[in-house]
Amino acid sequence: MSQEIEAETARYLRARARFGPLEIAFWLVAFSTIWLLPTRHLILTETVIWGLFALSLDLILGYAGIISLGHAAFFGVGAYAAGLLAKHEIINEPSLALLASALVAAALGFATSFLVLRGSDLTRLMVTLGVSLVCLELANRYGGVTGGADGLQGVTIAPVFGLYRFDMFGHTAYVYCLVVLFILFMLARRIVNSPFGLSLKAIKGNPLRSAAVGIAVNWRLVAVCTLSAAYAGVAGGLLAQTQAFASLSMLSLERSADALLILIIGGTGYLYGGILGALIYRLLQDYLSDLTARYWQFWIGLLLVAIVVIGRDRIGNWISPVVRFASRSVRSPAPRRVAGPEQGG
Amino acid sequence: MASAPSPVLPRKRGRVRGHGDAIMLTIIFDGVAYGMLLFVLACGLSVTLGLMNFVNLAHGAFAMAGGYITVIMVNWLGVPFAGGLVLAFVLTAAIGAVLERTLYVHVYAKSHLDQVLFTIGLVFMSVAAVDYFMGSSQQFVQIPAALQGQFDVFGVGVGRYRVLIIAVCGLLTVALQFCLTGTRFGCRLRAAVDDQRVARGLGINVGSVFSITFAVGSGLAGLGGALGAEILGLDPTFPLKYMIYFLIVVTVGGTSSITGPFLASILLGLADVAGKYYFPSLGAFVIYTIMIVVLIWRPQGLFARGTAR
Repeated sequence: MSQEIEAETARYLRARARFGPLEIAFWLVAFSTIWLLPTRHLILTETVIWGLFALSLDLILGYAGIISLGHAAFFGVGAYAAGLLAKHEIINEPSLALLASALVAAALGFATSFLVLRGSDLTRLMVTLGVSLVCLELANRYGGVTGGADGLQGVTIAPVFGLYRFDMFGHTAYVYCLVVLFILFMLARRIVNSPFGLSLKAIKGNPLRSAAVGIAVNWRLVAVCTLSAAYAGVAGGLLAQTQAFASLSMLSLERSADALLILIIGGTGYLYGGILGALIYRLLQDYLSDLTARYWQFWIGLLLVAIVVIGRDRIGNWISPVVRFASRSVRSPAPRRVAGPEQGG
Repeated sequence: MASAPSPVLPRKRGRVRGHGDAIMLTIIFDGVAYGMLLFVLACGLSVTLGLMNFVNLAHGAFAMAGGYITVIMVNWLGVPFAGGLVLAFVLTAAIGAVLERTLYVHVYAKSHLDQVLFTIGLVFMSVAAVDYFMGSSQQFVQIPAALQGQFDVFGVGVGRYRVLIIAVCGLLTVALQFCLTGTRFGCRLRAAVDDQRVARGLGINVGSVFSITFAVGSGLAGLGGALGAEILGLDPTFPLKYMIYFLIVVTVGGTSSITGPFLASILLGLADVAGKYYFPSLGAFVIYTIMIVVLIWRPQGLFARGTAR
């Protein structure tokens, strides 16, 4: 009997993880822009980085239900790590430096995750905000290391793998970022479709019941916070490497709020939300700043208010058929009792 | 008292002027004034949070509105300063009431994430709108000459304007405390904060209690913003800059009473002024660290009652 359930669970998980046609098309389009839109690579690079940052937020918000207003802490720490490593020529090879910034950010994420475990949404909000502000103050305080308000200057990035030099048109940077995004996305996709990912969704649904069915709630949350911080660190590292610059604004509250906004525009809990949101956000930003230059933030604010007043679930209802098509309706193959962790709709 | 520098508080050289105790007293005085200002700014937020469990990150926008209303009234239209303060309260309260009825009311039942997004959106809009209409530079309220400068009390330099702040905020605090404990409305409000469902069951119209409280809280924030323009500075980024301070007051003070946020504000004011004087290089680092420690130690707030939700 238990073997039967195990087999069905495995089948369910496999069905969940299957690639849909839309997903494959998405990545084909993404990679085709390398050749099709060579003049837009600078903007696309930025979009990819924003997408990765929002994806990292999606891991904790969309899957574990933790609201963070301080995610820029990990982004900024990753950026400074990559910038400093390159500036002082400690690790020259960019991809290795990226790994290092992921580790640094993950270490910070691990340390702060214990603070996030306690308390309500508001406490979490405050703690994450507080952590990012402390990081910002520290970066400002130790201006000798970080360059303070002027930012970290004089960074030169070595060629990737010693072969591909970063050019001024951003071609190398774009390919580099896109490949990193693709690898990390596939990894995240694998993780959220694993039993671990399901247990996170269960925790998001109801922490108490999850604990009752034997999920180690706290450790799962610590793990996903650490993972998410590492992702954010990579995103920050990518930005520092492609711009050869790191600044205090990478740690700021605005940056955290932007990430949240991007993720909300794209939708939470299906991974693609961050990337789609970054695209839409970038287009909106371009269009609005053409329209009103300094005041585009007003329209972004209005968009946020409108999204909430209309209701995210209503917008979600419009998107979800597309998503279901993309992931080919995962619910059908498994009987209900095995598909338990999600508790229906 | 010993005039030797305290071993606990290493002072930055070149900053010590005159008698050490006098400086200490000035710091305490400034800190209390600052803290009282913070209390008037944040008490509305603490009540809305306690009553509706609503995370209003846009509270600072109301304070900013009050500040700019005073600037327009006093500097441009020549209204006397006291009149400017009253108008700041009334008009901000009106704005708060209108927004509450038209927009906020849709968001109470939604998740905390939605509330955060909604109020951050409002903050962005207010920042850009004020930037558009008033420009991004810092604004100053013209303060009557009688309120400028300092006078000496036993060798301690006391700013006149800070005396005014302490007086006004002190009176407001007493009045608020009286309203909460001595009036029928305060009784309803406390009942609603303690247990909304039971309060509804007893026939209290929680919605209207909340509307009034929200309007008064916004008005107080506006008044605080008007009074504080001189000390806190007034520019379009005000709501973002001081958001964290209001949130600290609320989370450290708890939301179940008015004395908690009051004590928290005074503590925060003292810590901030003293921290900036004695450890200028650390900046706001001290406060943020204290906040995180308090949140971990007592997630319900330092002064919250044991049974707080």
